[in-house]
Amino acid sequence: MIVLEKRPQPSKAWSYATPLVAVVATMVFGGLLFAILGKNPIEAIGTIFWEPLFGEFAFYYRPQLLVKGAPLVLIAIGLSLGFRAGIWNIGAEGQYIMGTIFGAGAGLAFYPMEAWFIFPIMIFAGAFGGWLWATIPAFLKVRFGTNEILVSLMLVYVAEQFLASVSLGLLKNPEGFGFPGSRNLQSYESAHNAELIAGSGMHWGVVAAFIAVIFSYVLLNRHMLGFHIRLTGEAPRAAKFAGVNPARLILFCLGLSGALAGLAGMFEVSGPSGVVSIDFNVGYGFTAIIVAFLGRLHPVGILLAGGLMALTYIGGEIAQSQLGLPAAAIQVFQGMLLFFLLAFDLLTNYRIRAARSEVA
Amino acid sequence: MTTPLLSLQGLTKAYPGVVANDQVSFDIGEGEVHALLGENGAGKSTLVKMIYGLVKPDSGTMLLRGQNFAPPEPRAARSDGIAMVFQHFSLFDALNVAENIALGMENPPPMGDLASRIREVSETYGLPLDPYRTVGDLSAGERQRVEIIRCLLQDPKLLIMDEPTSVLTPQEVNILFETLNKLRSEGTSILYISHKLEEIRTLCDHATILRLGKNVGECIPAETSARDMAEMMVGSTLQTPERSGRDFGEVALDVSGLSVPSPSEFGTALRNVHLTVRKGEVLGIGGVAGNGQDELLGVLSGEIQTPADAIKFNGQAIGMLGPTARRKIGVLTAPEERLGHAAAPDMSLTENALLTGSVREGLESSGFLKWNETKQFAEKIIDAFDVRTPGPENAARSLSGGNLQKFVIGREVLQNPDVLVVNQPTWGVDAAAAASIRQAILDLAAKGTAVVCISQDLDELMEISDSFAALNEGRLSAPREATGLTVDEIGLMMGGAHGMEVAHV
Amino acid sequence: MDLGEINPILLVASLMVAATPLLLAAIGELVVEKAGVLNLGVEGMMIVGAISGFAISVETGSPWLGFIAAAIGGAVLSLLFVLLTQFALANQVASGLALTLFGLGFSALMGQRYVGIKPPSMGDVHIPLLSDIPVIGPILFQHDPILYVGIAIIAAVWATLKYTRVGLILRAVGENHDAAHALGYKVIKIRIIAILFGGACAGLGGAYISLIRVPQWTEGMTAGVGWIALALVVFASWKPWRVLLGAYLFGGITVLQLNLQAAGVAIPVEYLAMSPYIITILVLVILSADKSRAPASLGRTFHASH
Repeated sequence: MIVLEKRPQPSKAWSYATPLVAVVATMVFGGLLFAILGKNPIEAIGTIFWEPLFGEFAFYYRPQLLVKGAPLVLIAIGLSLGFRAGIWNIGAEGQYIMGTIFGAGAGLAFYPMEAWFIFPIMIFAGAFGGWLWATIPAFLKVRFGTNEILVSLMLVYVAEQFLASVSLGLLKNPEGFGFPGSRNLQSYESAHNAELIAGSGMHWGVVAAFIAVIFSYVLLNRHMLGFHIRLTGEAPRAAKFAGVNPARLILFCLGLSGALAGLAGMFEVSGPSGVVSIDFNVGYGFTAIIVAFLGRLHPVGILLAGGLMALTYIGGEIAQSQLGLPAAAIQVFQGMLLFFLLAFDLLTNYRIRAARSEVA
Repeated sequence: MTTPLLSLQGLTKAYPGVVANDQVSFDIGEGEVHALLGENGAGKSTLVKMIYGLVKPDSGTMLLRGQNFAPPEPRAARSDGIAMVFQHFSLFDALNVAENIALGMENPPPMGDLASRIREVSETYGLPLDPYRTVGDLSAGERQRVEIIRCLLQDPKLLIMDEPTSVLTPQEVNILFETLNKLRSEGTSILYISHKLEEIRTLCDHATILRLGKNVGECIPAETSARDMAEMMVGSTLQTPERSGRDFGEVALDVSGLSVPSPSEFGTALRNVHLTVRKGEVLGIGGVAGNGQDELLGVLSGEIQTPADAIKFNGQAIGMLGPTARRKIGVLTAPEERLGHAAAPDMSLTENALLTGSVREGLESSGFLKWNETKQFAEKIIDAFDVRTPGPENAARSLSGGNLQKFVIGREVLQNPDVLVVNQPTWGVDAAAAASIRQAILDLAAKGTAVVCISQDLDELMEISDSFAALNEGRLSAPREATGLTVDEIGLMMGGAHGMEVAHV
Repeated sequence: MDLGEINPILLVASLMVAATPLLLAAIGELVVEKAGVLNLGVEGMMIVGAISGFAISVETGSPWLGFIAAAIGGAVLSLLFVLLTQFALANQVASGLALTLFGLGFSALMGQRYVGIKPPSMGDVHIPLLSDIPVIGPILFQHDPILYVGIAIIAAVWATLKYTRVGLILRAVGENHDAAHALGYKVIKIRIIAILFGGACAGLGGAYISLIRVPQWTEGMTAGVGWIALALVVFASWKPWRVLLGAYLFGGITVLQLNLQAAGVAIPVEYLAMSPYIITILVLVILSADKSRAPASLGRTFHASH
């Protein structure tokens, strides 16, 4: 018989090792899944993890890593602060959409004027849109005690409908021959989040993601507010005793994660995507939840996890075109990763031991 | 010689790092009240859990009326006539009395019949109970009655009671003893767990003393002095805390007309509380658990805010200040619950030192943390209060209860407070640690700190208080000078018998 | 626009149909939460139930087998939640999210071959006499059998929780798992059964969408019904009959909104489509004031130490 024994304190070694063990377990079971789907598992796993980095067309895929990774990291950093404090924003997808709409809307409002200040205004508007959307559940939680999980999630569906509405109405390209979708921001110079170095994939969103990682690291390790965030998550009553104002913390964590998600949307629409359209959002807000956990809610971990998850996106697309692996298989693969991570996390806090046979 | 009801032979149970019970053997006779005596951590709880089937022994045997007895689960123990009243009640707040009782029975009758049985038995034993009341609304004493009735309805042969008097006023204790005596006269055996010596001397026929998991002696309590039993229990002679000088200064803390609702659903609202504490004075606040102790601490720590004027510190209104602002001016507190309230279990001692020490010890500058200074502060607490731990980087939950309590109290004491409020400072702590904590509190008072000590341990309060008041249903009795108070007077301040009546024998 | 085209009898009848997936998922989750477990994976279990039910009924031609498969599918997925939360002691919120993310991907993968197919029809129950009553008949007595199964489950859950010992033990476990353990009840075992029941109900609810309500398979077709079901449990204050009431209320809003869209009301389609979600939020706000009915151990991890 196997028993669990609580460790006197969390194991440092296991807290670093569990994400790696989870990745390996996911590769094994993912390979199994691919085999069931009739694909060669070694080839499929190789395509996903090797091809984008070192394959023949790596020069094309490597910049894509930054492009896909940046929004994931940006959103996950914001979410991780809340998750650490036990505040569950799972509506980042909606905040991402609202950031997109506000950011693109602010830029398009100036069209066709060219001026240096347009892009900064868009950044601000994008962050504001996300902040606003996340502040709704924050406010309702503080004021009425409403569950933020459900409200933030409901607002994703509202935001999706709103996105559809503006793509077909308010932001629709007047010169788009009646097709839904906005003007392409890539061809509007003042509003274009262009690559900083051509062909590198490096755009302002990537810069923002790195800044967010550093900011979050300093906040959590060196600042009282970060200490209070961690304390609230570990022991809410002790946090109150320490003088933490829970309401302010909720508004801060949700607001900041919303603003970061909004920024991610804004950088995406003004750069790699270019157009506000009905199907603009592709689930970054949800995948970022996996990224946040995979990175163990630690800023540096999130940076690495964001890269890994971007890899599975890109590798998944390659596997889709080369091996005919269904897109959904990659989604399952990502979900599996979160599963294994949560399961193996047990080892951080508990020791598994074979029990001596009980004396009956 | 007759066969004993229950015979324990060489019971041993080890947990990682600690042997909770080591070759424990003793017998409980039919119709005997047998005391199990020992300090916190002596292994009393583990032992009764083995008898009740919650824990399996590593080795050793039990015989019930000569038959091999090894209950795989509580259900089996119950069907063999073992019943238990838990120290921390195993009750369900949101369910009513009858439902709670049904959950503890093997084959409960339909609810209607059960309700009338409850009425009947509770009247017989002088413990009246309404079967349809929600348990969360009951007082601690009434909740204990629910547990006792639950046991009695099953006609137990052996009734195990774990620290039953810790939640009762002295008058309620007398009534409980009447009930237990009646049970004894009907032939029920009782295993009575306590560390209160006088109680054991009045009630019990026989006593077994545990220390560090071992049976270190047996005695007939009525023929043994409390002092001898205490020495067997602790293993050495204890020093009673001493204090020098009792010069009181100005009034430091002044609470007047304070009424606040409880933040929790089954909590107790504070009603029109008045108290004053002078510099250098120790005010002891007694009372049965759940009569507003947590709320009073919350109000004084700043976790619950009140009208500004309701609380004054050196004449300054501070009712609206939060915990941090109060620490800044020198009002410090130490709550009862160590893990989760006074300290964060999974955080290191360094981080826990920061938890309340940041303002007064200058551990932050404009929001940025000074980890080096924080670590030094943690080390200072560990040194000064003899906290047994490998170092300040260890998690709070890795410490034993007594050591963590020393850390938590030490953290506040070392910040030189002008007012210190502590709730249950020695709860669940071994005698040596308890003595050193009490000494630290007295030393602080001698230096001029105004101390409020909330506790359910009347002996402790009598030992360190200058004045005494009691909480009862959120009301605080008028404080009186502690010296010369009799047990009866204290009991009446705590609310007397709370409507209980003596068993109709 | 022509509001006159909306037929009130059809409206009420379709309200009951629209409410049934919600009702099934919510009553399952209610039992889970009563046992003290918060499973946020309802959406994932529903969508897996939707595709399992769809696939099996297409393959076998029997909607009944489809529904059984859906219940099994939902329960099997919830078994993953059991492994994470009851054995690996993982955080319930994170585990529920994982279940949903995984379920959405997994169902999409399983469903690839089934896009654009029509499932076999279940047919409505025809109760002689009752079904022929004008107005009342078409509203109440001319539905598919699963709709009545849903109502029966509500009644069964209500009676079990209120009158039986099993129900009492379940409530006790959700209220105070430490005390229940001290009395010798198998906390983990009881919770596992509750979680599996919740998974099976969610699976049924999902299959109701893909087999009866729509009936068709599309990726992500549950579209947040699982999340609304979670909100509904709060709305119902953990009381079975209020789940029924709440489900009909939300069903009513959905149906009305769809009817208004069809009738071409001046409000843009998108705003009508977002209304159920907004109303869910409003209801949550109004009801959040009263948390007293929530099981006290809800969402807390249980580990029997010593």
